[in-house]
Amino acid sequence: MKNIHVSTKVNGDEMEFICPPDETLLDALRGRMGLSGAKEGCGTGDCGACTVVMDGRVVASCLVLGAEADGAEITTVEGMSTGDTLHPLQQSFIDNAALQCGICTPGILVAAQNLLERNPDPSETEIRYWLAGNLCRCTGYDKIIKAVQIAAAEMRGA
Amino acid sequence: MNFISKTKADFKVVGTRVPRPDGVDKVTGRAMYGADITVPGMLTGLVLRSPHAHATIDKIDASKALALPGVKAVVTCDDLGVPEDASLRDVQDNCLARGKVLYHGHAVAGIAAIDMATAKKALKLIEVSYTPLPHVTDVDAAMADGAPVVQEGRADESVPAGSHPNVTTMQEFGHGDLDAGFAKADKIISRSFKTAATHQGYIEPHACLASVGTDGKADLWCCTQGQYFVRELCAGIMGMATSQLRVTASEIGGGFGGKTTVFIEPVALALSRKTGRPVKIVMTREDVFRATGPTCSSSIDVKIGMTNEGRITAADAQLRYQGGAFPCETVSMGAQSAFAAYDLDAVRTQGWNVLTNRPKEAAYRAPGAPMAIFAVESVVDELCQELGLDPLKTRLLNAADAGTKSSYGPTFDQIGLKATLQAALEHDHYRAPLGENQGRGISCGFWFNFGGNTCVSLNLNFDGTVGITEGNPDIGGSRAAISMMAAEELGIPYEKVRTIVADTNSLGHNDVTDGSRVTFAVGLATIEAARAAIRVMCERAAKVWGIDPDAVVWEDGCAKPSGPNAGAFDPMSIEEIAASASDTGGPIAGHYEVNAEGAGVSFGVHIADLEVDPETGHTQVLRYTVFQDAGKAVHPDYVEGQMQGGAVQGIGWALNEEYIYGEDGRLENAGFLDYRVPVASDLPSIDTVILEIPNPGHPYGVRGVGETPIVPPLAALANAASRAIGARMTELPMSPPKLLAAIMAKG
Repeated sequence: MKNIHVSTKVNGDEMEFICPPDETLLDALRGRMGLSGAKEGCGTGDCGACTVVMDGRVVASCLVLGAEADGAEITTVEGMSTGDTLHPLQQSFIDNAALQCGICTPGILVAAQNLLERNPDPSETEIRYWLAGNLCRCTGYDKIIKAVQIAAAEMRGA
Repeated sequence: MNFISKTKADFKVVGTRVPRPDGVDKVTGRAMYGADITVPGMLTGLVLRSPHAHATIDKIDASKALALPGVKAVVTCDDLGVPEDASLRDVQDNCLARGKVLYHGHAVAGIAAIDMATAKKALKLIEVSYTPLPHVTDVDAAMADGAPVVQEGRADESVPAGSHPNVTTMQEFGHGDLDAGFAKADKIISRSFKTAATHQGYIEPHACLASVGTDGKADLWCCTQGQYFVRELCAGIMGMATSQLRVTASEIGGGFGGKTTVFIEPVALALSRKTGRPVKIVMTREDVFRATGPTCSSSIDVKIGMTNEGRITAADAQLRYQGGAFPCETVSMGAQSAFAAYDLDAVRTQGWNVLTNRPKEAAYRAPGAPMAIFAVESVVDELCQELGLDPLKTRLLNAADAGTKSSYGPTFDQIGLKATLQAALEHDHYRAPLGENQGRGISCGFWFNFGGNTCVSLNLNFDGTVGITEGNPDIGGSRAAISMMAAEELGIPYEKVRTIVADTNSLGHNDVTDGSRVTFAVGLATIEAARAAIRVMCERAAKVWGIDPDAVVWEDGCAKPSGPNAGAFDPMSIEEIAASASDTGGPIAGHYEVNAEGAGVSFGVHIADLEVDPETGHTQVLRYTVFQDAGKAVHPDYVEGQMQGGAVQGIGWALNEEYIYGEDGRLENAGFLDYRVPVASDLPSIDTVILEIPNPGHPYGVRGVGETPIVPPLAALANAASRAIGARMTELPMSPPKLLAAIMAKG
């Protein structure tokens, strides 16, 4: 099959690329757009390391085709900070030791950002269920949940 | 609580919660992990794996694959040398099978092509003729008469004559008269236990990029816990001189022991050598499950005698671990760990390693200990139930202490077990009320910890800041811990130190990042390297002042004359000394190289509250508290993180995680959907209590902390479940069907 021409917007930038019809969005982001922040942990949508936001929805980019990005707006971890100013969630993860090896961190940050846009004041249980699709093997999640709660409070101005 | 110690006790930087130096890279996506590197001209490598649990390889025909446009090379074991060293040969035969495939997923051939699509297509065109053989995947079945033989002639001299050929080692530890000990007991309990193999479950699959030049010089980038060990293994397998292979460790996306050996690296090197181009291989998750890790599964018998007052009179255990298709010695560590928490007059542990048609076991956090201690702590708990004793007080009564001859031989130095048990006893978690269908379980845990070969280089820059080069991948926050100890010793701010991880050509040999060794051993070497630099800085100041170097001391980041007789000179700061280094003799550095000893053993105690649904067998962890001796917590956040992460891995092992094999010997759950690791919504907050009983073997009292936390959860949860349902759980994982069966069986 012929390759497909895709026009998309990634982290606010207009992007164009050509990919085979069966290439995943994750591979297109990493291989064609040089955005290696999203990671492949499983390739089957079970670990959340490749989480990005597509048209406002949290998706596992390993389960989305690159071709589906045509006309879509995508946010990856690379779009969270501005210059040398980190997003409050990013800063909170550093301040509260919410990462160890860091391979799951980009996916968790993107998912958490989307949660706080929908619900600025989630309960601990809501955060735990929202992030249930993002596996972390290092932290036991405890510090991640606390870091999200602290960032949420800061973003609410509490 | 006061502890006698010669170690430093007043700290300015150590013990604070400074931001991690790799934090910004990791929260912005800038950090480079194994799969993140690309280079011009790079080929994509894939590995063909066995569909059989056990079979001879009769023929490999790659002609159709090689005829596909874009395919550049196929390699098999014939493309590698044949090392004389048996252990190296095992690593090699695991990377590319020789003559036989020994488990479902065993690598058979590697392929390199211009892109992934071509490589995938070509992989299907490699024709392999197999003759299937009988297989065995269960440890007890593999020891039984008539079991299929996985590999002939692999038993070492420790194995008694007449044992099944699948038994490769047999070890025994202990002391005292068992018969006399059991005769003194008021109650004796014997139980048998089984645990399933579990995977380390790091989120980052193995990945590497190999580039071999026509001059034979090679470079390898990979995610590993030990770039020096990778270099030795790969150079040996490739028949290269060690000096000609440079290995650079990427950021590592988790390892937990599972990235301490090689699986794909020699294949990538062989493909690169054959094609003359760089070759990158990234494992799929399915391949990670089928062909790396896991830990041993086990079958264990434990017999313990106790008096009515709770004193253990004798303890005996037989441990049978299957370590997969190649010999391994993990059972030895299980046998040594089993009764380490107790001060016993009569104790024996025997361990057998057994070959099966499963992937070779790889280290997993305190390898061998969790399952041994699960079995022992379950019997101790049952004895407490039967005799109406408090389980924490009973453990305190029997606890090992400084001066105790351990069950595995050495006499303990300063250890924190009693303090840890006492802290648990006094914690409000231990007294909190429980509801219906809920149980509280406790368990002790033990791990040896390790030091090992370590090199650190510390360089003073002309602006007074410091660069440190160390040789262990940063797997648990070690760059922060190393920078903190250097700043502490030099008396400068943490922000003035930058620690980087060296490639294999930039620093002398460093052992693998295992045994919870890095903060202990690299920290020790860093402190000594800083002291070496301080000596040079004091000499430079003495030179400027025209006084004897012995008359100069180092305080708060400055050289100072030591006393009135040395002369009245103003202190010379590290910045001033650095700025004038050129004029006083040249650049200033400190190095330290050591095979570090004195790691200091570690103990933890966990309390777990569990609710079991009597209708479904579903479990919910309600509350969990970890108590552990860190020696000195260099960065308390990271120590807590290790305690929490290890506990949750143990919770997964206890409740859900297992390798499931079909009758055909094939792994049935090679993915995160069916191999279920704990997710955020499965868990409560994991509370932590850090104790600090200094390790006399480290200048700051540091002990390893990374492995001990996975040891107690198996028994803590089994004890909690057993008390909740009123029946003893002896098999892990305690998945809902097993719990439901136990509930139904008791009527």
